[in-house]
Amino acid sequence: MSDLIDIKVNVNGQLYERSVEPRMLLSDFIRFELGLGGTHVGCEHGVCGTCTILFDGKPQRSCITFAVLADGHTIETVESLGTPEKMSTLQQAFQEKHGAQCGFCTPGILMTMTAFLKENPHPSEEEIREGIDGNLCRCTGYQNIIEAVKLAAENMDSKS
Amino acid sequence: MEKKYLGQRVIRNEDPRILTGRGKYMADITYHNMLHAAFLRSDYPHAKLNSVDISAALEIPGVIAIYTAEDLGDYWHPGPVLVPAPHSIPGITANSRTQIPIVKDIIHHQGEVLAMVVAENRYIAEDALASIYVDSDPLDAVENVEAALKPGSPLVHEELGTNIATYVRQERGNFAECKTKADHVIHQKFIMDRGSAGAMENRGFCANWDEDAQQLTIHCNTQSPSGLRNSMAAWFGIPEQRVRVVVPFVGGGFGPKVMTNQPEEVLCTFASIKLHRPVKWLEDRAENFIGTTAERVQVHDCEIAFNKDGKVLGVRDSFLYDTGAFNPYTATIPLNTQTHTTGMYDIPVFLTEFTSVFTNKMICSPVRGAGRTYGVFVMERMLDMVARKLNVDPAKVREINLIAAEAKFPLETGIIAQDFAQFVLDSGNYPAVLKKAREMIGYEDFKKNQQPKFRAEGRYVGIGLVLFTENTGVGPYEGTKITVGNSGKVFASSIYGTQGQGHFTVFAQIVADQIGCKVEDVIIETGDTDKFAWGTGTFASRGATVLGNAYHHTATLVRAKILATASRLFNVPESELELGDGMVKVADMPDKFIKLGDLATKANPMRGTIKPGTEPGLEATGFYAPPYGATAYGAAAAIMEIDPLSFNIKFHKFIFVDDCGTVINPMILDGQLHGGIQMGVGNAYFEKLVYDENAQLLNGSLMDYLIPRATDMPTKMEIGHLNTPSPLNPLGIKGVGESGTIPIPPLYCQAIEDAFNLPDLFITEVPLSPSIVYSLVEEAKAKK
Repeated sequence: MSDLIDIKVNVNGQLYERSVEPRMLLSDFIRFELGLGGTHVGCEHGVCGTCTILFDGKPQRSCITFAVLADGHTIETVESLGTPEKMSTLQQAFQEKHGAQCGFCTPGILMTMTAFLKENPHPSEEEIREGIDGNLCRCTGYQNIIEAVKLAAENMDSKS
Repeated sequence: MEKKYLGQRVIRNEDPRILTGRGKYMADITYHNMLHAAFLRSDYPHAKLNSVDISAALEIPGVIAIYTAEDLGDYWHPGPVLVPAPHSIPGITANSRTQIPIVKDIIHHQGEVLAMVVAENRYIAEDALASIYVDSDPLDAVENVEAALKPGSPLVHEELGTNIATYVRQERGNFAECKTKADHVIHQKFIMDRGSAGAMENRGFCANWDEDAQQLTIHCNTQSPSGLRNSMAAWFGIPEQRVRVVVPFVGGGFGPKVMTNQPEEVLCTFASIKLHRPVKWLEDRAENFIGTTAERVQVHDCEIAFNKDGKVLGVRDSFLYDTGAFNPYTATIPLNTQTHTTGMYDIPVFLTEFTSVFTNKMICSPVRGAGRTYGVFVMERMLDMVARKLNVDPAKVREINLIAAEAKFPLETGIIAQDFAQFVLDSGNYPAVLKKAREMIGYEDFKKNQQPKFRAEGRYVGIGLVLFTENTGVGPYEGTKITVGNSGKVFASSIYGTQGQGHFTVFAQIVADQIGCKVEDVIIETGDTDKFAWGTGTFASRGATVLGNAYHHTATLVRAKILATASRLFNVPESELELGDGMVKVADMPDKFIKLGDLATKANPMRGTIKPGTEPGLEATGFYAPPYGATAYGAAAAIMEIDPLSFNIKFHKFIFVDDCGTVINPMILDGQLHGGIQMGVGNAYFEKLVYDENAQLLNGSLMDYLIPRATDMPTKMEIGHLNTPSPLNPLGIKGVGESGTIPIPPLYCQAIEDAFNLPDLFITEVPLSPSIVYSLVEEAKAKK
């Protein structure tokens, strides 16, 4: 397993050049090679959606993607959305509506919904529910997540 | 003083960190020289282990060490009993068997640890697992609790000569006599299974033994930092003052993370002591399904004796409980079942007995709901049987049997609870909760006006309404230390584990009200045993009640110090001082005030003198211990439609009524209920750990074990509240963490039966699933 492969990946607007084992998971690459701990890993078999990142703008499970496949591509993680001092509209809505409890699944949901709202800026409640159906959350029962996404859509609308 | 924050919808202090991915969880804990552990686990549920050959695995570059049972020497022994048997109950049987860190001879369940690999990274550690050769001979396994008690059954622990772990019998009144006086007696068997806790973050553990300092530092996402500290100190002969447990943000707990002395904890600590390097393990989801703990099946044999007017005279419940291969938690779950069966009903006679049974399965330990769910399930189902027998509305049968609003609380139940104290209903207004639930769901209107229309259209729309109690906030105690810093920020520490319940906010609200500062200026420090050393753990819906009151009490002590210090400073009586806006003011003298931070600095001078007999600083330590648990209670009701093709459920309406006494933060309270309900939905319709006859788990992945998704949930959970303050604590709080989960399975049963309206459709076993309900409906139709 010593054959390393050189990759260039744009993560959150910054270009990283690294040599990685071909079997290294993208989630591990993001977390341990780049030190971006916001991408959490919940099941390591692509079901729970916790590790979702944006891969060329589209939501993707980083736990079942090899890092080498990201060579030449653009990745966005939760760290790209906002900071504790200046959260994104979506993050603010999650705080306002209590859309996160333990916060472990939240980065995956935020990334999924960031892409979702770009594609569908005026979603119905039903569409939001369908939109997060691929992300498991054990704490919230999803109701406040849906409320938060609804509020974020309204707030984005009034800002634009 | 004006109550500023208690009861307010305050948004969470912790959110900016966790919403931006800055919160550190176990996977983020790292040391520059850290090693990574992986565990070889048994594929067989029951086997004789002959040998473990690690020679090939040791050759792999990057493998540092591999340990098997022999390597542990004197550290190889069974773990302690974590919760003792209820010895105050006469005539109990208590056989304890606790887990060992690593198998030496007999494998007792799938997932038990056979070897530990320590390597430079997790990839290499997991590679090495594949190169270890295990020689073992499978034995007949014990899977089913009923079969386990039959003569000739294989035995989980041969030397015990039985699969019985615990037997407890409790009786209020005399059931045999009561039966002879009743107009009707119905006998029914019920089966309820519950599954994985399914926290989105699996377990994690990192041990760092510092040989020079003789100090062990542990990072772990435990629910019980103090329990973990004490257990590792005892296991390795280190004074507990030299063991520091630090808990980062935790990605959900729900029960299993309260367990201590787990094999991985012992082995990582052992390896760190041996290797003088930090050793970390992150559990993966497959391990979580076979190597952690979960809840498990109970089989109930029930009788209910009642009169023709619907009044229940007595209940008998004899049940078997599958405790798995070991029982370190002894009887918490079945004791909770016993104490929550008759609930808020006035049932004079109650005979409850359980036999806890060893099987070749993973250890059973409490999961959100923690045994209460089974008691509520059988009681609510029995009341539905009474309703059917007498052709009375199910809600009416409940009304007839409720403890009256005028009852003289506290009411003793005569049944010993999980805290070994008698379960006492501390306060409540049970008819009011039923009334509110009926109003919110629109019970009469649905039955009279809507349902006939749906039935005429051939649609399967049914209503359910069930009630429950929850014994919350049990002892022994919790404590806190609160310090006003020179910055004016207030640091409020406890040892309590926190897993997303909003503790950084609700406890800050309680403290801020006493100190007179902003809620965001109260920094809740939690789960670091060096910051505060005393406390027990997160379980039994006890945080808000027990720790909340400890914070309140300690904050009043700090408040007294603030007033005394400012009184000396301004030379005015305390009665003329006001606290608010982060400062102390002299009433009616606008220019006489001091900021709390400046007062803290003055209270801790670096030179000069302080008044003899006083303590420096604005700091206090305080504790709260309840006499027994506070009784929360409530109701759940739903109108649901079952699709006759897919048997998927669509909710027309879902309501939940809860009385948890004084509310700290209504937003967080409702969030706790939403999440609890979600787990209840899983227990009712989705989640079951399926084992084959050899006790082999068949669905150990999130592909096969179904946690409710967004589209599986009611579209809107409407929450209503009653507020009967608990008389047991100064703030009047009762717990709520598990309430949402408890009543959901019987709610599904009642509503599904009501939707199909078939005389022979009566559900006695949960969890259900679309295919199970389809089969039950087909069977019932065939009988018609």
